[in-house]
Amino acid sequence: MTRFSAFSLFAKALGGHQSWPEQWPDASPKPDYDAIIVGAGGHGLGAAYYLAKKYGITKVAVIEKGWLGGGNTGRNTTIIRSNYLYDESAHLYDHALKLWDGLSQELNYNTMYSKRGVMMLAHNVHDVQSFKRHIHANRLNGVDNEWLSAEQAKEYCPPLSISPDARHPVLGAALQRRGGTARHDTVAWGYARAAAALGVDIIQNCAVTGIRRGADGAVEGVETTRGFIASKRIGVSAAGHSSVIMQMAGLDFPLESYPLQALVSEPVKPVFPCVVMSNTVHAYMSQSDKGELVIGAGTDQYVSYSQRGALHIVEHTLAAICEIFPIFRRMRMLRTWGGIVDVTPDRSPILGKTPVKGLYVNCGWGTGGFKATPGAGDLLAYTMAKDEPHPINAPYNLDRFRTGRLIDEAAAAAVAH
Amino acid sequence: MRRQPPQWRIEMLLIHCPYCDEARAEIEFAYAGEAHIVRPPDPSLMSDEEWQRYLFIRSNPRGRHHERWRHIHGCGRFFNAVRDTATDKFEATYKAGEPRR
Ligand SMILES: Cc1cc2nc3c(=O)[nH]c(=O)nc-3n(C[C@H](O)[C@H](O)[C@H](O)COP(=O)(O)OP(=O)(O)OC[C@H]3O[C@@H](n4cnc5c(N)ncnc54)[C@H](O)[C@@H]3O)c2cc1C
Ligand SMILES: [Zn+2]
Repeated sequence: MTRFSAFSLFAKALGGHQSWPEQWPDASPKPDYDAIIVGAGGHGLGAAYYLAKKYGITKVAVIEKGWLGGGNTGRNTTIIRSNYLYDESAHLYDHALKLWDGLSQELNYNTMYSKRGVMMLAHNVHDVQSFKRHIHANRLNGVDNEWLSAEQAKEYCPPLSISPDARHPVLGAALQRRGGTARHDTVAWGYARAAAALGVDIIQNCAVTGIRRGADGAVEGVETTRGFIASKRIGVSAAGHSSVIMQMAGLDFPLESYPLQALVSEPVKPVFPCVVMSNTVHAYMSQSDKGELVIGAGTDQYVSYSQRGALHIVEHTLAAICEIFPIFRRMRMLRTWGGIVDVTPDRSPILGKTPVKGLYVNCGWGTGGFKATPGAGDLLAYTMAKDEPHPINAPYNLDRFRTGRLIDEAAAAAVAH
Repeated sequence: MRRQPPQWRIEMLLIHCPYCDEARAEIEFAYAGEAHIVRPPDPSLMSDEEWQRYLFIRSNPRGRHHERWRHIHGCGRFFNAVRDTATDKFEATYKAGEPRR
């Protein structure tokens, strides 16, 4: 692996950039591994990287049924923030936010993390009260989040309409300045490259079709479309397909999978300086460095694995965008696509051990797990290396649905996040 | 010259309401979760595991899924459906109370 630096860029440029080596080998499965990760999204690749880097467990395979980063990691609108209501959530998401900070340097790969600020619009009295409650709760947890008047919001994001005549007038906003975006693909590629350099095998086009368990119930390995691969330690990080895979080990999970859509406009010059979310009218938007407006829509109402959503969902979102940003009414949309998100009853993830020995899980991130990518990878690696959860992910156990100790961000945010 | 039907018709589900006996666009319907989950008569007699299963565990299959829909902007009634979650194709819809297909 050639380190990226100004010097190496210059040297390769002299050769017309023809001599770059491949960034990671396309590995074939070995008979056995010390740990297997199912799913080469950002979370799974991150877990493999941290297993190798922090815990010296390098005989690791990441098994992916398609291509790496082709799941929700490559399909999301890349909003990063940590201003969640509950203590457990603030700790979890802020852990990830802190890791985003040094990630490009650590991986020697530009993840394009941009702290442009995430602004959430308040449109009614309930929003105002709820956001202020979030701001106070966040402050107690050392998480930045501040209240803006409608005028201040407009100053921060000039395309915003704060007309009092609007159907959903802007009464103010909550702003997390450390929030922002990152380039989705480079997160997966950066982790893949760094993990492979430490000896991790990334095996693509290989679907896990079964989980083999021994007489004592513990895992022995995975059945795949490329044969059996043995390991006593398996971490499942398969987003929308998590419950399907857990059922292979005989476990029923509190998950439902829904299509979630996003779309981008034609590229235009820089016009939109931050990320704006409006939960009430259901629209999320930022502008990519390529110039496209990146817009997040809602989930379909029904369970599905089809990876495409209905058009009326997108229309609903665009109607909201035109309302809040009249300046964009004549923009053309270029592409729409969908991903499958795994949603838990309390809208918080499940990250920890399972009742099956040697089987670990990281799932239930639903509509909002991109922001958690480095944190989830780090905590899954910790949990697999030590066979016990880190204090940050300990509350995110499966047992909470039995004990009732939910982390109810669903009630707190009442929307996709 | 006949006009083409508008695009959106192709881009959303057509659902057959067994009461109205008509296939109508998805926006007339509200999805109401997995079907055939029986509300326990006396929750206080249940263990925490059973209560958890009733409240939170769903089959979430990739494939045949039994689900409830309500024709909310039509006759207003609940009915059941079997749909393939990988293709979104409906296999059957049937009236509430009829046996599982
Ligand atoms: C349209 C959209 C917008 C979103 N916007 C945001 C946002 O703005 N901010 C945010 O924080 N989050 C957002 N999310 C959510 C976020 O994308 C996910 O929570 C996160 O990317 C999950 O990462 P992951 O690595 O766990 O999953 P993925 O990247 O989906 O990786 C899971 C991998 O598992 C593989 N897999 C599945 N089954 C098998 C099998 N049997 N064998 C082998 N491999 C298998 C899949 O192919 C996939 O590559 C959005 C999601 C979508 C769909
Ligand atoms: Zn009807």
